[in-house]
This record gives sequence, C-alpha cells and structure tokens, in this order.
Amino acid sequence: MRVVLERSNLLKSLNHVHRVVERRNTIPILSNVLMKADGNSLALKATDLDLEITEATPAQVDQAGATTVPAHLLYDIVRKLPDGAEVMLKTDDDGNAMSVVSGRSSFRLQCLPQSDFPELSAGSFSHKFTLEAAKLKMLIDKTQFAISTEETRYYLNGIFLHTFESEGNLKLRSVATDGHRLARAEFEAPAGAEGMPGIIIPRKTVSEVQKLVDDPEIAVTTELSDTKIRFTIGSIVLTSKLIDGTFPDYQRVIPTGNDKKLVIDRQSFASAVDRVSTISSERGRAVKLSIADGQVTLAVNNPDSGSATEELAADYASDPIEIGFNAKYLLDVAAQLSGGEARFMLADAGSPTLIQDTSDDHTLYVLMPMRV
Amino acid sequence: MPVNASGQGFCRDCLALQRAETRRCTACGSPRLLRHPELYSLAIAHIDCDAFYAAVEKRDNPTLKDKPVIIGGGKRGVVSTACYIARINGVRSAMPMFKALEACPEAVVIKPDMEKYVRVGREVRAMMQALTPLVEPVSIDEAFLDLSGTERLHGQPPALVLARFARSVEKEIGISVSAGLSYCKFLAKIASDFRKPRGFSVIGREEAVGFLAEQPVTMIWGVGKAFAATLERDGLRTIGQLQKIDQSDLMRRYGTMGNRLFYLSRGQDERRVSPDHEAKSVSAETTFDTDLAATGDLVPVLRALSEKVSLRLKKAGIAGRTVVLKLKTQDFKTRTRNRQLADPTRLADRIFQTGLQMLSKETDGTRYRLLGIGVSDLSDDGKADPPDLVDQQARKRALAEGAIDSLRDKFGRKAVETGYTFGKGRNAHPPEPLDD
Repeated sequence: MRVVLERSNLLKSLNHVHRVVERRNTIPILSNVLMKADGNSLALKATDLDLEITEATPAQVDQAGATTVPAHLLYDIVRKLPDGAEVMLKTDDDGNAMSVVSGRSSFRLQCLPQSDFPELSAGSFSHKFTLEAAKLKMLIDKTQFAISTEETRYYLNGIFLHTFESEGNLKLRSVATDGHRLARAEFEAPAGAEGMPGIIIPRKTVSEVQKLVDDPEIAVTTELSDTKIRFTIGSIVLTSKLIDGTFPDYQRVIPTGNDKKLVIDRQSFASAVDRVSTISSERGRAVKLSIADGQVTLAVNNPDSGSATEELAADYASDPIEIGFNAKYLLDVAAQLSGGEARFMLADAGSPTLIQDTSDDHTLYVLMPMRV
Repeated sequence: MPVNASGQGFCRDCLALQRAETRRCTACGSPRLLRHPELYSLAIAHIDCDAFYAAVEKRDNPTLKDKPVIIGGGKRGVVSTACYIARINGVRSAMPMFKALEACPEAVVIKPDMEKYVRVGREVRAMMQALTPLVEPVSIDEAFLDLSGTERLHGQPPALVLARFARSVEKEIGISVSAGLSYCKFLAKIASDFRKPRGFSVIGREEAVGFLAEQPVTMIWGVGKAFAATLERDGLRTIGQLQKIDQSDLMRRYGTMGNRLFYLSRGQDERRVSPDHEAKSVSAETTFDTDLAATGDLVPVLRALSEKVSLRLKKAGIAGRTVVLKLKTQDFKTRTRNRQLADPTRLADRIFQTGLQMLSKETDGTRYRLLGIGVSDLSDDGKADPPDLVDQQARKRALAEGAIDSLRDKFGRKAVETGYTFGKGRNAHPPEPLDD
C-alpha cells in the first residue's frame, strides 16, 4: 500500500475513529486502526467489538492495499506533524511495517495483518430513516446526562430510543434514567421510523455520535434492527451493538397528578443553585427548597464547612412545601433547560417532581427528591 | 512524682519502685521487674490480649486451664486462636484445623463464640478508655493508647499506669495482656509482641535504630510475604540493611512503600493514635467443610453472609458503596470481584443481589473453599438506599427487610429466614467468622 494525502484530512478522520479504540486492550488487533487504500480514498476503521467507526478520506493512491497500525500512535504522530503538511503512508514489501513520511520526518510502525481485523457483522436492518443532525443531537444532548453508570442495571447504561403515539402523532423519543432522575426528549417521528423496535443505545455510542454530528445541517441516515444500529453521517459510518435488555416502563415514573406549580426564572435559578451548592463539598449533598407564596429559598447545610441560603422570587400559589434535591442533579437539569422559565410540578417532599421548560414541550425531566 | 533517674524501675506485680539493681522485687520478691533508662518518658502504648479467645474460654471453664485449647470453626476451618500450650506444640493461628490437630491431637477444639469475645473485648476497652481518651482499637483484643499528658491525672507516669492496668485486667476480667511502650506506634506494637504472654517491653529512642537493625524486614508494618520476597530478591533481609539506603533510592525502587521503609527502618513513625479510626470495609466470609462449586450450594451462603454484613452496617449506622465478593479456590487462589453501586447501601438484599451477579460469573465449575462478601467505600447511612424512580419494588423490599430485622431483634436470628437460607443446612448458617 502506498498513499499520499493531506495531513489535515488524515487527522480529521483519525480524530473521528481513534476514540473508539480503548487505551488498554487484551486483544492486540483492537489497538489498531484498519487502513484501506483504494480508488482515490483511504478508508479508516476502528472498533472495540461493540462499536465500529469507518470513514473514508480523499487520498492519492499510488498502490492499493490495506494494513493495520496502532491507532493512538498514528493519531499522535499525525497530530504533531506541521499544519498543511502532506503525509505519505507506505507499507514494506513484507507487510510487517508501515512508514509514515512527512517532510523530513519519518516513522516506521509495526503492522498487524488486515485479515486479523474483526468485522462487526451488521446483518440486515429492519428500519431506516433520515434525521436532521440537529434533531438527533437534541435527542442525545437533552437526555445523555441522565444515563446510569451503574453496571448492575446495565439496561440503564444507554439511551432508550423508541416511537410513541401521542394524540394521533407518532413521536421519536429518547429517554435516559439512572433511578434518581429521568430525561425525555421527543420529536415528530421521521418517515420510516414507524414500527421500529424500542432500542437501548450504549453510552459510548451515544457520546461518539454526539461528537460526530458537529454540522447541524447534515442529514443523518439511521438504520436499525433489534440488535444493531448504524448511523451514516456524511462519509462516516458508525455501527454499534445495542444493549440487550428491557428498558423499564418509564411512563409510570412520570408524575401526572402533581398539582403544586412553581414557575421560576431559569437563569437565576441555575445560578442560585450553583452558588449555594459551593458549600457542599461532597458529592450528593442536598439543596433544600423552601417554597412559599411567591418565593423560593434555597439552602445548603454542610456540617463540615457551613451553610448557604439564597432567596428567589417565583410564581407559586399552592401550600408551602419544603423539598430537597441533589445539588448536582438540579444543576444538570437546569443546564438542559433552554427557555426563560422553568416549571416545577410538585406533589410532596417524597415524590418525584416534574421539571419542564415553559416554552418547550419537547423535553421533560423528572427528579427524585432527597431526604433533608 | 520525681521518678526520672535512669536505671530506676518498678515491680510489675506489686508496682513497688526499685532503687537498687536487684534481681527480685525488694517488696514482694517477684522477678518481674521492669527497668529502662527511658521508662518514664515514653507514652505511646500498644496493648494486646494474650491468646484472647482461648483465654476467655479458659477463664469460663477452669478444667481447660492446663489443656491445649484451639478456637476455630468446623472441621475444615482454620485456627483462629491457639492457647500457649497448643502453641508449644506448633499450632499457629490461621493454620488449617487438620494440620493443627496433626500437630496437637489432644487439643480441645472450641467453636468461637464471637458474641462473648466481643463482650469481653468491650470490657477491656472500657478499662483502657478510663486511662486516656486516645484509645485506637486495632481489633477486638488490641489497641494503641496515647498516654501523653496523663501523668498528672493519674499521679503516675504512663509505664506505671500500664503495669497497673495489666494487673487489673488479670484481676477483674481474668485474662492476661501484653503491653509495649515506646515513643511511636510502630515500635509500641513491636514491643508488645516481644515477650508474650504477660509481657511488658519498652523500646526507647536511644536504642530504636540499633534494635531495629537486627530485626527482619517483615517486622515492618506493611511488609507481607510478597513484599518480603521482593526485598529478599534485592538482597534485603534485615531492617539494618534498609537503614543504609537513602530515601530517594528506596522511593525509586519501591514507590510509596519505599518511603515507609525509609522512615520506619529508622524508627520514625509520625502516625497519631486516633480514637476515631474508622473502618474501611465491613465483610464476612466463611470456609466450607467441603469445597463447593454449585450455584445452589453457594447462594445460601452468600445470602447468609450478606445478612451478616448488613446487620453490622445497620448496627454501626454506616453504609457502603462498593460491594466486594471474595472467593478462594480449592488450590488457595483468591479471587476478588467488586462492583460500585450508584448509592451507598446497608441492605442485605442489595448486597446479596449485587454479590449474586458477580458470583454467577464465577460459578464455572471451579470448586471453592471459601466465600466472602463485604462492602467498602463506607459513609454514614444518611444517604443510603434512596428511593428509586425505576425500581418500584425497592421500597417494598427495604420495608420487608426492616420488618425481618425487627422480628429477629425480638425473637432471635433464626426467627425469620428467607427461602435462600431456610433449610439449607450448615453452610447457610456458618459459624461466626473471624473478626480480625
């Protein structure tokens, strides 16, 4: 194999694919990136056996061929080459090493045969639809923070993507929860999504897709079956296994009968939570909200360092209530809300609270209170 | 009290001061005299009960007094404590029971009665706490005491206070202790171990470096079998050899442990005696009578042990966030697996279910001789087991567990059992594990 290409093109593609490669691998070939030169492009592919990303980039192919080299090593080399440089990649005759030559720099990397590189057999997909990148990004951005990291409940370690019929309209919904908070985002379902199975997309895949859809204008083709999903974003193709599990019936968790309504300026609320939670040195300390007629008092008490309170004007007309939330969770939700005002629907100090943007009914959040 | 002249000492039996260089006490004739040039200026003590479990059993059953006694569980268990008569015959603690009985066939084997030992251990600790608030328990039967500044309170220097303490433990509780007195914890602990049983040794500042030079590296706290082997490979056997190596060299070779070697080998130990030394983990384990491989055999044990851990957490008002499963295979290889939870827990059900998930990956036909479960990453239980959005049954299970707990409180441990352990025989009701 012998190809010449621009450093910026190579770097951009490597940047997309190398993140899939785990830093520590027990199977050596998984540390490598597969490079295939053919026609007038160089295709790169990396995998961790659950997730695979391929990307083709324009290149001048002098001699077609394929090989694999350590992904992070190649990425680091290309990253350090000067801007605007040209890079030549050339394998030895015996295929045991590949040279990376750019200007006066030259590197030789150990290769592993391309035939050893695992293929994530995709099988066939049952559903296919196209989604604007901005919408896909929104489905991810608004829910990703609530994905559980708890291994014990592996079925919560991803985003649940499914369709849902509401008032005669079919919606495409993403839901994530870790048992303490739940986030839900939805859109009109695109054509082709009808009848798709509910799927759980693993956390790592979610965050890779999120990084790949940097251009909001682009259309993303999504293909899926009940075990795999594939996103095609321009010249990038990401294929991933899905989490094999049953997502819990989240509808039951979303409170419908909460009758205490609090409306508050989102920005000042977020800043206030941030300020008072400074005092809570440790993860998982509660912010207590004392809500009474027209006013919310936020309070944090940390026996080790002191206490903080802040008062905020709010729109509230129900019976006074005191309720505690994990400061971090409250901040996370506040960070997702984008409108001017946040609406809290409360029941009592021990029941789930519903939080929404007053100007956006595509998203909703549920928070479990903490004992205070 | 002007008792500072060097060479002075006292009698450990009648506490009479000894002014002349006699071999026996001038007041009572006892040979147990204690003399040391720094005797009255040292204040850090380590107290260790002698063959604690065995001593308690001998106290409660005087017919055992002259017999070798081994405390340990079951046929297959290990020796938890051996009395000194048994030790003469070569029995050591942590020795498999069958070996111990080979060495000393006439030994009386007694199953541990942990509740009784804990009770006696508390009595001893209460007596320590009467001497100084700075008591740092190391285990049920040993503790560090910082007696600095208590001389005016007791009207006696720490050395005499300790001797009087050892005498009153013998009189009032009926077991003996060994004491070590020095200027730091490291050497106090070595000293207490020096002339067991009924020992009282003193290591002063002057002699520390010289004394340590003669000792094997294993005497250093933190140097176990594996690390000792590493040192041995580098030709290091005695602490004296370590004393000749400089700090950066030791650090380069052994990392943070090298730093510890540097200071401890020179008798420098700045650790304070801190009474609120907190537990890092809570766990329970058991060795089976016969090796087990089947899930059906292991699960009841896991359940019983989870309940035990949970009970201890609840009693202490703490909770743990990481569940640790420990298995020992037939050929004595230890496997530990751990899993972090989203929130700390103190519930038997949570510990058990998490342990079960880890266990299911290990039940591949391998035969195990030991199973243990525990939690680490401890915190107080205020934030433990919060209500969960997704798991609607969690609250019900927690309430059920609370009900089981109160029934057991009232009617005993076996009043209510889950189907996991009920009727599952001895393995599901293992003897109390060693509490060290």
